[in-house]
Amino acid sequence: MMQCPKCHAQMQTYNRNGVQIEQCSGCRGIFLDYGELESLTRLESQWSQQAPPPPPAPQAYPAAAPPAHAPAWGAPQYGQQHGGHYGHHRQKGFGRMLFSS
Amino acid sequence: MRTTSADRDSADHEPADHEPADRELVIHKPATREPATREPATHEPAAREPATREPAIHEPAAHEPAAHEPAAHEPAAHEPAAHEPAAHEPAAHEPAAHEPAAHAPAIHKPLIHDLGTLAHRLHHPPGTPCACPPPQLLADRPDGTVVRSGPVVAKAHAADSDREALAARLALASAPELTGILLPPLSTPDTPGTAGTALRPVTFWPYGVPVDPRDPDAAPWAAAAVLLARLHRTAPPPPLPPMRGPVKAARAVARMIAALPGDGAVLPVQAAWRALPAWARGEAAPPAARSGFLCHGDLHLGQLVRHPAPDGPWLLIDVDDAGRGDPAWDLARPAAWYAAGVLAPQDWLLFLDAYRSAGGPAVPAEGDPWPQLDVAARALTVQTAAVALAKCAAEGRVPDEMEQLMIDSCARIATFPPELAAGSAS
Repeated sequence: MMQCPKCHAQMQTYNRNGVQIEQCSGCRGIFLDYGELESLTRLESQWSQQAPPPPPAPQAYPAAAPPAHAPAWGAPQYGQQHGGHYGHHRQKGFGRMLFSS
Repeated sequence: MRTTSADRDSADHEPADHEPADRELVIHKPATREPATREPATHEPAAREPATREPAIHEPAAHEPAAHEPAAHEPAAHEPAAHEPAAHEPAAHEPAAHEPAAHAPAIHKPLIHDLGTLAHRLHHPPGTPCACPPPQLLADRPDGTVVRSGPVVAKAHAADSDREALAARLALASAPELTGILLPPLSTPDTPGTAGTALRPVTFWPYGVPVDPRDPDAAPWAAAAVLLARLHRTAPPPPLPPMRGPVKAARAVARMIAALPGDGAVLPVQAAWRALPAWARGEAAPPAARSGFLCHGDLHLGQLVRHPAPDGPWLLIDVDDAGRGDPAWDLARPAAWYAAGVLAPQDWLLFLDAYRSAGGPAVPAEGDPWPQLDVAARALTVQTAAVALAKCAAEGRVPDEMEQLMIDSCARIATFPPELAAGSAS
C-alpha cells in the first residue's frame, strides 16, 4: 500500500476504464504512473478540439476537468474533482459483459 | 474443450434423419407482414430428403475466447452472448457452456441438430447437392438456443414461453412501422406443431452480422441509441405485454442467491436490490406516466446486427423481452456500465447524445439525465453483478476485473438512496 507523498495518508488503488490510479484517502490527491500524464494531456487536447470552448486549463493538482453527469453512486473518478482519465485502455473493458444479458 | 471434433461429428450425424418437429420443437409463424428481405425456400419441410445431406452442427470451440477468432472464420453471433460463442460468456440462466463435456446437457444436442436442420431446409432447395457450410451454434441457453445455417437463423425460445406474448412480440417485429428498427422474422412454410412435453417454440430469422467484440472503436453506440429512440417513439400495438426487464433482474438475483447460499459475497448486491422500488424488482407495475413506451427490454451489444449482411444498416434483434414499459430501462445497461467505470465516458456520451438528438423520450433533451436513469441503472447494475456472481460460483472462480466493478457499484448503490425523479419511483 502506497503512502501519499503529500499528507502521508494511505493511497487507495483504483482501476477505472483500464487506467490504474492511486488516490489518497486523506487529501484525495491522485498519483499518476509514468506516462499517464502524457496520455491525459493527449486525451484532453483531443477532447477540447471536439468541445469548444475549452474550460480554463487547470493549474492545480489534482486536475479539475468538468465531469459528465453521473449518479452519486458512480465509480470514484466521476463526481469527484478529477474527470478525464479514461479510454486509452478501452480494449480491456470491451467485450464479454457488454455482449450478454 | 468439450468434445473432440470427431466426437461432435459423429454425435451430430447420428440422428441425421429423424424428424425434428416431432420431438421438442413447435414452429411459430410470424403473424403479419412478409419480410421484404428474404423469401424462404418453399419446399415441404416435413418430407424426408434423401438427396440432401443435412450438414453437421458446427459448434464454436468452447475453450477458445472470442477474441482469438478471426471474424471471417467465425462470423457467429446473432443473439446475445453469441459472439463469445455461447460458450465463452453465457448469459443469464444458462448453464456454463464452456464447462467440460460432462456438464454439456446431452438433451440439447438433438435440439441443436433439429434447429440446424430446420434452418437449412429453409434455404437449401430439396434434392440438390448440398455444399452448405455446416450449421453453426450461435447461442445455447434454456431461454434461447440459436443455430445458423447460411442465411437463416433458427431460434428455440424458452419452453415456458407465453405463446400469446411471443406471438404478439413476433407481430411487433414484423410490423411495418418497425421496419428499419427491428429485424423482422422470416415467414415459414406451414409446418405442423406437435403436442408433447418440453415443447420449445421455434422462430426463423435472416442472418445479420453482429457487432465485432474485438473492435471497440467500431461499436455502434450512436446507431443503437438512434434505434432505441425510434423504438421508444413508436406507439406500442395494443396487445403487447409488458417489457420483461424487471422480471429478468429479479430472476438474476434469485439465481445468484441459489448459487451462493449463505455467502457474504451476495450481501452488497442484495442490499442494492432491496433498496429499489417494487416496480424495478418486477413486483409492481411501473409508474403510469412512464410505463406506456415501446421498449426492447434487454439491450446490449449482442442485440444489434447489420442486415442485409454484411453492410446493411444496424437493426435491433431479440424481441423476447420487448413490451410496454419505462424506456429508461433500455438506456440503463450502458448507463450502469458507465457509472461503474466499465464503459468509457466518451462512449456513453456518444450514446446518450445520439439518443437525445433522435428525440428519444426516456430522458430530457438537455441537462442531467440521471434522475430518469437512476432506478433502472441501479437495477441493471444489480442484475449484472448477480449474474456475474452466479457465473463465478458455477465456474469456481473469482470475479474478473469488470465483474468486480459492477459488484463494487452495488456496494455504493446500497449507501445512496435513489434519486427520486418525478414519476420514476414508486
